[in-house]
Amino acid sequence: MSHHLVAVQDLRFVYPDGTAALEAVSFAIHHGEAVGLVGANGAGKSTLLLHLAGVLLPTAGTVRVGDWPVTRETLPHVRRSLGLVFQDPDDQLFMPTVEDDVAFGPTNLDLPPAEVEARVVAALDRVGALHLRRRPPHRLSGGEKRAVAIAAVLAMSPDILVMDEPSSNLDPAARRALISHLRTFEHTKIVASHDLDLVLDVCARTIVLAGGRVAADGPTAEVLADDALLARCHLERPLRLQGCPRCGAR
Amino acid sequence: MGRIEATLAHLGSLDELARRDSSATRLDPRVKLVATLAFVAVVASFGRLELARLAPLALYPLALAALGDVPWRPLLLRLALAAPFALGVAAFEPFLDRAPAVTLGTLAISGGLVAFATILAKFALTLGAGLLLVATTGFDEVCVALRRLALPRAVVAQLMLTYRYLFVLAEEAARLVRARALRAPEGRRLSLSGAGTLLGQLLLRALARAERIHVAMRCRGFDGRLPVRRAWRLGPGDAAFAAATLLLLLAARAADLPALVGGAITGALR
Repeated sequence: MSHHLVAVQDLRFVYPDGTAALEAVSFAIHHGEAVGLVGANGAGKSTLLLHLAGVLLPTAGTVRVGDWPVTRETLPHVRRSLGLVFQDPDDQLFMPTVEDDVAFGPTNLDLPPAEVEARVVAALDRVGALHLRRRPPHRLSGGEKRAVAIAAVLAMSPDILVMDEPSSNLDPAARRALISHLRTFEHTKIVASHDLDLVLDVCARTIVLAGGRVAADGPTAEVLADDALLARCHLERPLRLQGCPRCGAR
Repeated sequence: MGRIEATLAHLGSLDELARRDSSATRLDPRVKLVATLAFVAVVASFGRLELARLAPLALYPLALAALGDVPWRPLLLRLALAAPFALGVAAFEPFLDRAPAVTLGTLAISGGLVAFATILAKFALTLGAGLLLVATTGFDEVCVALRRLALPRAVVAQLMLTYRYLFVLAEEAARLVRARALRAPEGRRLSLSGAGTLLGQLLLRALARAERIHVAMRCRGFDGRLPVRRAWRLGPGDAAFAAATLLLLLAARAADLPALVGGAITGALR
């Protein structure tokens, strides 16, 4: 039994076409932590997330989720404790109605129908989307789709919630609603995003990836204020940590 | 709104009708599905010259549309859209069979013309019944009913996913066409090779999306089943609808109703 919930050790991954996407990536995440994963386009964020969910398996190194090393054999256990929210909700919402979609995961866990129903209601209520339950997913707005996609993963009661670009394509109000929802989740969270203000709002710790390696790993407020590091990694200070555009005061 | 988007909105609008509450939408989807299939079988069972005997069968779509309060315009529009197929099948009948089959006073109507009209009537009745099934039930409910009636799981999953992603795929196609149109010189038509490239792009995007969807499904424990929970219970309304449909179909099949009615009228006049 490990006291780390997610442990990545010397992870290396090379795509079949020979591109090395990850090199010697190591980190450990504890129960209840909220970790932001930031980096330039092509830094390896999405590849890393796919390793956590066992969609990709390492070329070298190990990934552990909970008590399980992530291998082909342990995938059912891994996916029970780790829920991945995809970047495009259309990829994730494939059932005819919202409630069918949210029920999909719990039903596959072979839960009794009453428990499935309870989880559907609880998960939709959690993201403020209970009123959408009978709607077909293709008729929802971008923000509604995102909320339902998150509910679909919450309904499986994962210990760890992993999100890829949760605020992409959201209008400011939907983004703000998402942030306040995320802050109420007690799950261990891993959020990959270019939205550094969201990371600052939601995550106490930030890991910076650059060229497939960990360039920095520390408290978000410190990492995202290190101008030299940010410039090197094609990032910039979150707006909230920049000076006032009028008077220049911090 | 571009043409593709308009067509899309159009496609989904029939399904949207099924979300309203009416006597027809409240009926059990399984009953409606079986009734529609039986109706189509009975319509198909009549011979090429039995036009008159099809007439009483029109009662079924008329009654279902009335029960569901389904507007006529969208139904007729869709019938018209599919009509070229039926016309293509029926087109040669009037030329192949010129022997008079029916005489109305001094006017002799050839067998070919009667057969032509029969094909069109059958087309309108069967497709109309199918459209009404979707308009009063919804496509996904029809899929679930098919599964309950033991259609193989893989076929039902294909139907459901195709319908779900039809909209996404068509939107993707609309974006591709728009992106091309915005950069193409004014009024230049899409060339054959250009269309091939667009189609290839669309295929690649669809494949990439299919892969992402499959990954998302596996992450939530997909094992080949698409579980859909529906608490359906047969009620007295379902029994009444089934009995009425059965009666109509049996009567239309067993007896020549128009001849009986006609005979009764002429008998009374004498």
